[in-house]
Amino acid sequence: METIWFALVALMIAMYVVLDGFDIGAGIVHLWIAHTDADRRAVIGSIGPVWDGNEVWLIAGGGVLYFAFPALYASSFAGFYLPLMMVLWLLILRGTSVEFRSHVVSPLWAAFWDVVFALSSVLLAVFFGAALGNVIRGVPLDANGIFFEPLWTNFFPGANPGILDWYTILVGVAALAALTMHGGLWVALKTSGDVSARASRLVSQVWWLVVLMTIAITTASFKLQPQLALGLRARPWGFVFPVLAVAGLLGVFWFERRRDEPRAFLASCAYILGMLTSAATGLYPYVLPAATNPAFGLTVYSAHGPEHGLRVGLVWWVIGMALATGYTVFTYRRFAGKVVVSSDAEGEGY
Amino acid sequence: MADALFVHRLHFAFTITFHYIFPQLTMGLALLIFIMKTIALRTGDARWNQSAKFWGRIFGISFALGVVTGIPMEFQFGTNWSAFSKLAGGVIGQTLAMEGVFSFFLESSFLGLFLFGEKRLGPKLHWLSSLMMFIGSWLSGFFIVATDAWMQHPVGYAIEANGSYALTSFWALILNPWALAQYAHTMLGAVQTGCFVMAAVGAFYLLSQQRTDFGKLFLRVAITVGTIAALAQLSPTGDIQGRMVATHQPATLAGMEGLFQSGPGAPLAIIGQPDMEKRRLDNPIIIPYALSFLTYRVWTAEVKGLDAFPRNQESDNIPLLYFAYHIMVGLGTFFVAILLLAIFKLFRGTLYTSRATLWILMLTFPFPFIANTAGWITAEVGRQPWLIYGLMRTSAGVSKQVSAGNAWFTLLGFCGLYVVLSVLFLFLIYREIDEGPAGHSSAPGTPTQPQPAAAD
Repeated sequence: METIWFALVALMIAMYVVLDGFDIGAGIVHLWIAHTDADRRAVIGSIGPVWDGNEVWLIAGGGVLYFAFPALYASSFAGFYLPLMMVLWLLILRGTSVEFRSHVVSPLWAAFWDVVFALSSVLLAVFFGAALGNVIRGVPLDANGIFFEPLWTNFFPGANPGILDWYTILVGVAALAALTMHGGLWVALKTSGDVSARASRLVSQVWWLVVLMTIAITTASFKLQPQLALGLRARPWGFVFPVLAVAGLLGVFWFERRRDEPRAFLASCAYILGMLTSAATGLYPYVLPAATNPAFGLTVYSAHGPEHGLRVGLVWWVIGMALATGYTVFTYRRFAGKVVVSSDAEGEGY
Repeated sequence: MADALFVHRLHFAFTITFHYIFPQLTMGLALLIFIMKTIALRTGDARWNQSAKFWGRIFGISFALGVVTGIPMEFQFGTNWSAFSKLAGGVIGQTLAMEGVFSFFLESSFLGLFLFGEKRLGPKLHWLSSLMMFIGSWLSGFFIVATDAWMQHPVGYAIEANGSYALTSFWALILNPWALAQYAHTMLGAVQTGCFVMAAVGAFYLLSQQRTDFGKLFLRVAITVGTIAALAQLSPTGDIQGRMVATHQPATLAGMEGLFQSGPGAPLAIIGQPDMEKRRLDNPIIIPYALSFLTYRVWTAEVKGLDAFPRNQESDNIPLLYFAYHIMVGLGTFFVAILLLAIFKLFRGTLYTSRATLWILMLTFPFPFIANTAGWITAEVGRQPWLIYGLMRTSAGVSKQVSAGNAWFTLLGFCGLYVVLSVLFLFLIYREIDEGPAGHSSAPGTPTQPQPAAAD
């Protein structure tokens, strides 16, 4: 039962990263590739109707994590207190800038929110990457399964690490590169003309950086966290996930060359899903490894919630997610196609 | 003040109070927008549709702020209250996760469609998206109230060997009698916030002699729905909620009412300041026997005062509890009075020209926000010193690993950010009201009949 919930929580978090990833990515490339007001409205318009729905995956994923693994939720949220609060501030700033940019027609107003939007998106990508790095590296858990990390200590992983050390910063930069690519592909897909062309050009350049960073974090992760190699060797079928990641990355290159925007974007989704599921499979059964004593690490067995609740949860989860998938597909289909920037009579659009 | 527990409590209190400004407005407006869309669909009158879309834009701004200030609430269960979450997550995590899975996907999808998709959807589907927004926001409210209700009146659980709480009955959690009573009371409060805001804009348009036809539509809907909500708020829902507190949290009732001495024929205090040293109310104005009657329907029934409970069982802030409760009830009574006056004039046909009544309606809109907030303070301060009533003390639930310094740091960060959000919110709402329902998109008076879904 706890393994099922591990898979479901991992799925929801991966969905969040893939979906909110492209709109965070759109924010990262925003100032870079969109120069005129029309360009920028096109970029924001491409995520406008969907970004808050994407963010719901974070809230829903967090809620499911809370009830399925209360001990993990309690330990990690309190231990990552500072970075999580900063993530909240950035999410607030970013959400506000997307929603409010279009409310006042003034170049100064728009320019201000453009910068807030781009900056908060960049920082969120780095913070989420660093958070993932912390989970893979392990945290200084004590025998009661609790810890608190300051923002940084000496920038080295060890028994007394901070949120930021060279490894987690490396993962943060890798996440920034990956989401730049992901967001660039989304913008290329959803816009037309110069913006789309610039986005494509940016993606083909940043692709090399993503390859480089993928190699770097993979090497570093296997060095720092022996559990990854153990976990993958114990479950050889798990190798489909790294293969998925590599195939996705090659697919981005291949389809981007052929200007096949939808497939290139899907390949990027596969790359991100592959990377996250590889990490999850490698760590399993650990959900939060300890940097102190491996025995203090939280596993799916030690962190899961009471049995009856998990069984009840499975029933409503399946019903609820079937409904949610329905609305999500409906929304994306209704807003399918390229964004057309216009000040139409209905005042719809950004 | 440097005590970590105090800072963590203040952190949650501040962020939840600010957050709840937005959901009470959106939950109230969701109902009113749905009513307007329904009238628009049935009559084909374009002004109703324009009104619904105007309030949809205000809903959109408030919803965005509700979302961004709501995510911190879920996070704080883990960040600031991890000891509580570790033990209770298996139960209250159910309702919190269900809120995400059942209502947020619904709400966010259909809000996007409602705001940006009228042309693509056509009138029927656009009406349907307003219904879905309404259902989504009201479901969301239910799951949150059910979560709080379990902390007020825990049901359907068992205590595991490691001290954590395990769910034993899903339906007991969902159909907790406390949750049902509290939900009805909470939602009626939200409806009144929506109605008073809508009435205030309507009164403003009439008094300033601009867009008077829209002003009249707003007043008609807001006053009619508001009157029903205000009456039902007082009775039966307020009454049921009060007797629920009397049965399950008698010490809370004594604190709310400022009743220090137990006895038969307990009086109802209308005015008076609790003096916690001398254990009495200063300069009280009371209605004799009324509390006994309201609680037990018997004029001479025995009501337990604070003297009947050990000091460590009573709320740690009785003055705040007492005033929050009295402010809520006082404002609720005031709302009933002005709404009855307004609906009387509406039916007589004199409301639109009655300047004094319009002025009152225009200026009343901040008070439902205060009344709703005071209601929640009554519930939450009243529950103290318990985090889960009768089971877990508030002091036992805090994240011990997060120091007071770190909590102050993030509390101050939220204060700064929320000041900025408040200014932005007021500015943007003012602009929407200034532009009005018809001015935003097309020339005034031009009907914007919904177009059939554009081929796309």
